[in-house]
Amino acid sequence: MVIARQLKHRNSALWFAAMVHRVSGLALAIFLPLHFLALGLAINGEAQLDRFLHWSDQPLVKLAEGGLVFLLTVHLLGGLRVLVIENFNWRDGQKQLATVAAAVSVLVGFLFLVRVF
Amino acid sequence: MSEALAELSVSLWRGAAAGRYETYVVPRRESQTVLDVVTFVQRHIDPTLSYRFACRVGVCGSCAMTVNGRPRWTCRTHVSKVVAKADGSGRLEIGPLENLAVIKDLTTDMTPFFEKWQEAKGTFAPTKTRHDAIEQIRPDSAARVAADAAIECINCGVCYAGCDTVRWNAEYFGPAALTRAWTLVNDERDGGNTARLQAVAASGGCHACHSHQSCQELCPQTLNPTAAIAGLKRRTAAAYLKGEIKACETKP
Amino acid sequence: MNVRLYVWQRGTAALMAPLVLIHIAVIFYATRQGFSAADILSRTHGSLVWALFYGIFVAAAAIHASIGVRNILSEWSPLDARRAGLFAIGFGLILAVLGFRAVAAVVLW
Repeated sequence: MVIARQLKHRNSALWFAAMVHRVSGLALAIFLPLHFLALGLAINGEAQLDRFLHWSDQPLVKLAEGGLVFLLTVHLLGGLRVLVIENFNWRDGQKQLATVAAAVSVLVGFLFLVRVF
Repeated sequence: MSEALAELSVSLWRGAAAGRYETYVVPRRESQTVLDVVTFVQRHIDPTLSYRFACRVGVCGSCAMTVNGRPRWTCRTHVSKVVAKADGSGRLEIGPLENLAVIKDLTTDMTPFFEKWQEAKGTFAPTKTRHDAIEQIRPDSAARVAADAAIECINCGVCYAGCDTVRWNAEYFGPAALTRAWTLVNDERDGGNTARLQAVAASGGCHACHSHQSCQELCPQTLNPTAAIAGLKRRTAAAYLKGEIKACETKP
Repeated sequence: MNVRLYVWQRGTAALMAPLVLIHIAVIFYATRQGFSAADILSRTHGSLVWALFYGIFVAAAAIHASIGVRNILSEWSPLDARRAGLFAIGFGLILAVLGFRAVAAVVLW
């Protein structure tokens, strides 16, 4: 097979939406066990969980949490895109909707950061 | 602008899977298509260049190639549309279609493309003989409208070449085969739907599609395989939940 | 991805859509209040509602994420379908075990 060259259709907003959906899902999947382990600290009493919450008060951690909120929102909206395409009649204007979805996700992540900083 | 004196530099893929792009200089002409350019090279510069075409007017689907990174019909692609500069000094790079083995230069082996067509049961299964009355099909019935919207595929391979899921998943049937299966699922005269839904519900079938929509973006016939595949997903899910079909792997 | 995996993945996705929205709301509420561990645990401790909510969320996420990971592995890694499937099952089990443990940690302790 010919070595793959940059294919122009990969500049489509909908192709990006699909890739962002996949990468955000992967990132969340990697994060989830860590999230569960952190919450599981409560098994040994609230002191351990408190120490963790204290640690997570650092600016870099808060920034990362904002990123996670963004990933969760963008993955949710990307998933809704797939569910709508697969279960309802075809609609036009999907590229615009995808752009709006990305903007909403950034906004939600930003609002989270505003709240925690 | 003096058309007769302007020249165009074009890179063409030579070789097979291993090969290189070679550069040729062709005269720039008004209303020149990419197919015109390739034909000129083969007839006047290098007769060993291999490429495919037939009708030259956008109805046969033979001349699809990768033009500046995008799969297109070369007979319906004007050079002026893909080359950035009006004086022809912009880049024009032509290669064989992606996702298919290269036979030589600009020709690819379309066998897997057609084999997957068969695997997806994209063939009509008749239920009547010449002795039966002709089936009355209303052209405005929902099923016929859905079939008609997807029926004009001429197997050019552009969607298959542009699909990343085809690239990443060797057993995936691809947009064209599934779109044809969809037209038959909507054909009231067809009797093979259980087997067809079973075929497209297997691991290489419609559920492998991630709705990137490159196929829909690229199809020169403005078909919408993403929508057709979504229809298949609905039908197969319903059939599976009713116990009419099973989950299975596509046979290699 | 065949029809069975598809139905499970899309099904858990649809189930989780409202759960995720509620979860984001909970995140915003809890961070605004600046909850300590004691604040959180006093709300979740002994709560059937939280147990059910997050228990269902964990189960759905474990199924959904493992099928998603399977897809990514079979398309982007050299693993064959069988190995990708085994890895995904393993990953799903890890998520389920850790997740139910976390739910138990905040509800029972």
